[in-house]
Amino acid sequence: MTIPETTQLAGRKRARANNWAKSVLRFLVIIVTTYLGLLAVTFFIGRVIPIDPVLAVLGDRAPAHVVERTRELMGFNKPLYVQFFIYVRDALTGNFGTSVLTTNPVMADIRRVFPATLELATFGTIIGSLFGVPLGVLAAVKRGSIADQIVRVVGLVGYSVPIFWLALLSLLLFYAKLRWVAYPGRIDIVYEYSFTPVTGLYLLDSFWQGQWDVFRDVFRHIILPAGLLGYFSLAYISRMTRSFMLNELGQEYIVAARAKGLSETRIIWGHALRNAAVPLVTVIALSYAGLLEGSVLTETVFAWPGLGLYITNSLQNADMNAVLGGTIVIGSVFIAINILSDLLYRTLDPRTRAR
Amino acid sequence: MSEIRQATPRATPMTRREWLMSDRPQSRLQARLGRAYMTWQRFSANKLAVAGLCIILLLILIAIFADVLAPHSPVIGNLGGARLLPPGSEGYLLGSDDQGRDILSRLLHGSRLTLLVIVLVAIIAAPIGLLVGAVSGYAGGWVDAVLMRITDIFLAFPKLVLALAFVAAMGPGIENAILAIAITSWPPYARIARAETLTVRNSDYIAAVRLMGASPFRIVLRHVMPMCVSSLIVRVTLDMAGIILTAAGLGFLGLGAQPPLPEWGAMIASGRRFILDQWWVATMPGIAILIVSLGFNLLGDGLRDALDPRESGQ
Repeated sequence: MTIPETTQLAGRKRARANNWAKSVLRFLVIIVTTYLGLLAVTFFIGRVIPIDPVLAVLGDRAPAHVVERTRELMGFNKPLYVQFFIYVRDALTGNFGTSVLTTNPVMADIRRVFPATLELATFGTIIGSLFGVPLGVLAAVKRGSIADQIVRVVGLVGYSVPIFWLALLSLLLFYAKLRWVAYPGRIDIVYEYSFTPVTGLYLLDSFWQGQWDVFRDVFRHIILPAGLLGYFSLAYISRMTRSFMLNELGQEYIVAARAKGLSETRIIWGHALRNAAVPLVTVIALSYAGLLEGSVLTETVFAWPGLGLYITNSLQNADMNAVLGGTIVIGSVFIAINILSDLLYRTLDPRTRAR
Repeated sequence: MSEIRQATPRATPMTRREWLMSDRPQSRLQARLGRAYMTWQRFSANKLAVAGLCIILLLILIAIFADVLAPHSPVIGNLGGARLLPPGSEGYLLGSDDQGRDILSRLLHGSRLTLLVIVLVAIIAAPIGLLVGAVSGYAGGWVDAVLMRITDIFLAFPKLVLALAFVAAMGPGIENAILAIAITSWPPYARIARAETLTVRNSDYIAAVRLMGASPFRIVLRHVMPMCVSSLIVRVTLDMAGIILTAAGLGFLGLGAQPPLPEWGAMIASGRRFILDQWWVATMPGIAILIVSLGFNLLGDGLRDALDPRESGQ
């Protein structure tokens, strides 16, 4: 955190640059320590909690010399801090070891399954924001009305319901009884071999390639899980939107806008929401991160071949490399979104800029 | 109470309400009761919050009297004649599962596990957060910086995934699930405790205690930490629903309570296979989870509004 003395002695412009450098440095410290913390925790989980990690890999019937050899190969004869150093180096280069279950490098597995989770969470967040923001605005504008109460109850239920249970029931209703959506999975088996994804985001790929029947099928598969995740982010987004909007609607500039004779629509959507949008961006970003995590349970129910299903499958098979690799990836994305939303907030809100 | 309120204000004997609302309490007891009374007034004006409180009280009663209330054994079923009976069957109000066990009895006994989880998580996580926050806020300086950085690091983690990884390493089971949830849920409490500590740190009574020669250890433990408790209780209550959902999620994945324990999340998982034909096996435990976590959310909202009127607009 030391700043060269020359910049301190300079004029106002320099001082601003100095401030800027300071905040960049602060962010760097935050990013580095947070990632180190994440790696320290996963290191602790993977290497320290298991009584003997070698035993976990080889089983208890391995002969003594094999155990000794493996211990050396895995680096367990080195002191713990050296092990941690190697662990961090490996993690930074994307080397999480090999999955026992698939026999592939964990990173290759994750690269294969991650787009599915990304597509699901993104679609879910879009649904959640599209419905959540207007509902929150409605609740704030008609405060205390029936509409407000309904939005509140919808949000409360969203906070209280177990997502995997709702997923099961919605499968029962929309797939088994009504036949509105497709069965669990990502794409119909008919298209599995004829369709070659490029980005791994099937909706985007099929749209790009103009394969409308595939697009329709993919949509019928994704709509239910994404809709469920969307409902969860809706609960959070609508509640926060309501509270931000109430805050803005009580400000004096709203009174001024009314006195000026602006239409109510213009005041609500043009003035109040525009100011509420700044903290709202943070909320939406955080709910996006939450959905990446929430997809673990949803993917299990919908047999969605994403990171969540990968982690739970590995869990059931005691495949620790894969579990920890998945944890690090989700944790990294989570942290990145956290930091990005913080940065975004700072750039969008002029009040938080220079002090 | 309402008749008493109607009484003329000049009536010579002090009414109970006036005694409680007095601006000049004669004793510490009167002051405390008065504050509790006013909090209760604010709280009970909120119908939904009272409903939440009733749900939680009911849950506690059910957990205590589960043995008496449950018509059947929660663990041993009637495999011969009572497999997968639909709700409303003779003697099986909510139906039975694939082992011929009465779902209602399992739900009633499962309330004990739910209570166990939330009580233990609260007992482990809240004191950790309280201690970290109070020490950090009171000590300031580099201690504060380091402790808060650690807290922020934990705060930035995905809770469910981290809990999953913990349980995966420690082995499945309800104790490990509780530990994993507690480890991932203390950071917000530390933040709150620190904020509260900062507001009381420079107050006169702390200075007085310090002048009397109290050690920092004693000041933090006896004079700072009690001040943080009320806002902490609100936050813990608000978090209860999330804790229940996380525990149920771990149970659903087979990482929480192990069979034959009647844990609600695990019950949903075991009913998953029959969801198409015997929908009630998975549906009933989910309803129980929904009701209880709804109860905690309502109670938490009400408590926050009653104890902390500043935030009630939110």
